[in-house]
Amino acid sequence: METLWPTIERLLPTVSKPARYIGGEQGAVYPEHGPGRVAWLLIYPDTYEIGLPNQGLQILYEILNERPDAVAERAYAPWVDMEAAMRAAGVPLFSVEQHLPASAFDVLAFNLSAELVYTNVVNLIDLAGLPLHAADRGGDDALVLAGGHCAYNPEPLADFVDAFVLGDGEEAVSEVNEVVAAWLEGSPPEQRDRDALWRSLAQLEGVYVPALYAPSYVDGRLVSTGPVDVAVPAEVTKRTVADLADWPYPSHQLVPLTEVVHDRLNVEVFRGCTRGCRFCQAGMITRPVRERPAAQVRELVRNGLERTGYDEVTLTSLSTADFSDIEGTVRDIVDDPEHGGRVSVSLPSLRVDAFTVGTAAQIQKVRRTGLTFAPEGGTWRMRTVINKLITEEDLYGAVDAAFSQGWRRVKLYFLIGLPTERDEDVLGIAELGARCVEIGRRHQKSVTVVASVGGFVPKPHTPFQWFGQDTVAELERKVVVLREAARRSRGLTIRWHDPSASVAEGLASRGDRRMGAVIERVWRAGGTFQEWSERFDLSLWEAALAAEGLSVDEVCHRERGADEALPWDHISAGLHRDFLWGDWQDALARVAVEDCRWTPCYDCGACTEVGLEHVVASPVPPAGGSQGTGQDLSVGDRIPVTLVSRAS
Amino acid sequence: MPPEAAAPQAQRRLRLRFTKAGKIRFTSHRDVARMWERALRRSRLPVAYSQGFVPHPLVSFGLALPTGCESRGEYLDVRLGPVEPGEIPVAQLPEAFSALLPEGIDVSAAALVAEAEGSLQQEVASCDWELEVLGVPGEELQERVEKVLAAPILTVRRERKGRQADDDIRPAILALSVTSPNGHLRAEMATHPRGVRPGDLVAALDTRAVLGRACRTHQWIERDGGRFEPLSVSGPGLSVDATQYARRAFPHVRDGIQPDPGGSPPGGDGRH
Repeated sequence: METLWPTIERLLPTVSKPARYIGGEQGAVYPEHGPGRVAWLLIYPDTYEIGLPNQGLQILYEILNERPDAVAERAYAPWVDMEAAMRAAGVPLFSVEQHLPASAFDVLAFNLSAELVYTNVVNLIDLAGLPLHAADRGGDDALVLAGGHCAYNPEPLADFVDAFVLGDGEEAVSEVNEVVAAWLEGSPPEQRDRDALWRSLAQLEGVYVPALYAPSYVDGRLVSTGPVDVAVPAEVTKRTVADLADWPYPSHQLVPLTEVVHDRLNVEVFRGCTRGCRFCQAGMITRPVRERPAAQVRELVRNGLERTGYDEVTLTSLSTADFSDIEGTVRDIVDDPEHGGRVSVSLPSLRVDAFTVGTAAQIQKVRRTGLTFAPEGGTWRMRTVINKLITEEDLYGAVDAAFSQGWRRVKLYFLIGLPTERDEDVLGIAELGARCVEIGRRHQKSVTVVASVGGFVPKPHTPFQWFGQDTVAELERKVVVLREAARRSRGLTIRWHDPSASVAEGLASRGDRRMGAVIERVWRAGGTFQEWSERFDLSLWEAALAAEGLSVDEVCHRERGADEALPWDHISAGLHRDFLWGDWQDALARVAVEDCRWTPCYDCGACTEVGLEHVVASPVPPAGGSQGTGQDLSVGDRIPVTLVSRAS
Repeated sequence: MPPEAAAPQAQRRLRLRFTKAGKIRFTSHRDVARMWERALRRSRLPVAYSQGFVPHPLVSFGLALPTGCESRGEYLDVRLGPVEPGEIPVAQLPEAFSALLPEGIDVSAAALVAEAEGSLQQEVASCDWELEVLGVPGEELQERVEKVLAAPILTVRRERKGRQADDDIRPAILALSVTSPNGHLRAEMATHPRGVRPGDLVAALDTRAVLGRACRTHQWIERDGGRFEPLSVSGPGLSVDATQYARRAFPHVRDGIQPDPGGSPPGGDGRH
């Protein structure tokens, strides 16, 4: 297949950020395509600078290219100007390595990290030159796959995707490759039977083929989704890699030629999280906790820095401060003479306590500009509902430690629109922020506290999957309440996201198969890049819903009952439905659960259903406790004495 | 004054000349700066760092090359930390750095330069360009060029810091000629007080004209009535036998540079 580069090259002088389209990353491979090798195009359905750093895609890229029977290249969504130039010049979606057209590939595999990219997925299938709907594709058309966190409710994209892979992809990708290779070699294109391919794929653990499952509705409401016949499994359960030590990937992280987000070395230190924050889909669907051995972490860091020339490494996970002996690991990296004392380590998602800030202080000897914490709820009451068990004492202790040790800016993340939320919880955000400013002033003349507020969108496979999401009007009212309250506090800044995008996110998160037609209409009306605020247009979604006879209230704002069928009932993340329901009831009753890494199992199902255990080096929670575990929760709302006198 | 300044010192300013060609021409000046920072860290040369709150390597680039343009004459100056005379294996640096940098960036010369020399930004007075002009019939091009050269004033509208500004670019056009009938020009353009971008020049030729490929071939310094390049490709790299020092200071040289496993260009045999 001929490269499209000579044509693409002529388009680039006319578009913004042309370096998005040239590839050339350190670590990129230029595989030779040929018979006996399944050709994969791995696609991140957002811009290059957002998609390039995605570690999941890079892991699969390496695994596939190491196989003798597979080749993999990458593609990203062209920005609006480039897409227009491509369509005008007849250039289809292309790979960034060899600039081959999408038609040179047997498999188009999409990474689904966020729901608002769904219209981009549809657009890229079209730009690839494929029939939009899986049902219309034949023996010569590429297979469209999707994976990633959003695949846990596959129904909104069911019309467009041949098969979804649920959970960790390291092992599944090879199994899919073998099935596809056998199908391709079995017969010439005109004789290939796509239904046979679907059925073979559906036999793989963790692979969901939507065409083999049918939803049924009664009075406009979903009542079940089940297999079309007995040869198809009734339920599809996610894949879970038992031991991360077996998968030291990516070992050749891509170093882009142009600026991207997270432009540094990334090393994953563990997967899964059992803190039990009830709003957090990632924490629920990636259980159990599997730590990478500390020695392997150090090796990946050392080799990665040496190979890439980066001077910064992020230790990634859902809660890196909970990694066993995080202090020792970080100290080893910072003190390694190989790195000349100039390497900085960043820990995403700091745990909120003074002890953790102490660790951060050790590693961030120079750039002490800002620290970020995520209390999520403005009051202890709210935080017990969502099971984000940060006591008032720990919170203010962390902020005090940060300001006393030289940080000048503290950023706090909050959600509004949470279950049982009252105005006093929203006002609590302003009060909490004001106290942080007050603490900061004890140590420094000028401090900044930023409270960043997002509207909560309930996600599948969480205890809040039954909750009725706040309307845009209600979220906007709460933002006004919060801003009014914060206006009195000098040094406190409130930032918020446009609440209207939360509706589209809600539709894509909890919609059923009928949402496919809505997504298609939004795309046809020009609604791509909906996760970009300058491109988001709620009216496109409202018009599409109306045209399909669906309503926002039904999908987003309505609370579901215990017995109602959910569109993802036939998809399993290992979690028992009665565990999730029980946890939902506990939330409403403000009953907290501890982290099961260090306390007895409460049988959520994630380990037992798939025959796994946590892989955690330390048998006890980190010093200073871990967000409620091993702490006295009855005094969680006790505000430190020095702050009590403050008139609030 | 830091104590090491008192001791006898080798020259501590390293000047490197490099190309930017092919696909990589679509990266920006800042992108190229980041590539160099990573390559310098991998080289383990004793680069000096700033003393500030956020230490950064003391590297200075010359005139920014517009995104999309190629070059055979780009430069950067690297300030080194305390080094012994002969410690830096200058002769080996072009090959070593070419292997550490992406496809399309090739280092063609390296030398230690006198501290007294000014910065590249200040010293470079003009640049030579090879330009491809699209949209103007070949037979008309000569006439357009003559018209530009005959014009006393040549005003172009440019965006500067978000505002429209009218500039007279004629004084900066030092030479302009047609080199081939299929739309190729050679131009020499002054850099002070304000540089002229190839796109501005081409736009001034004809309203239909569009800039095709553009390549900066030389940058010129004028001093004492003479004109010379900051570093010519044929020399004057220091001819010291630096091997024994290189073993200590530049381990990649010792082992032979190992190109990045994935860095092979299309048509190569793929991975590793």
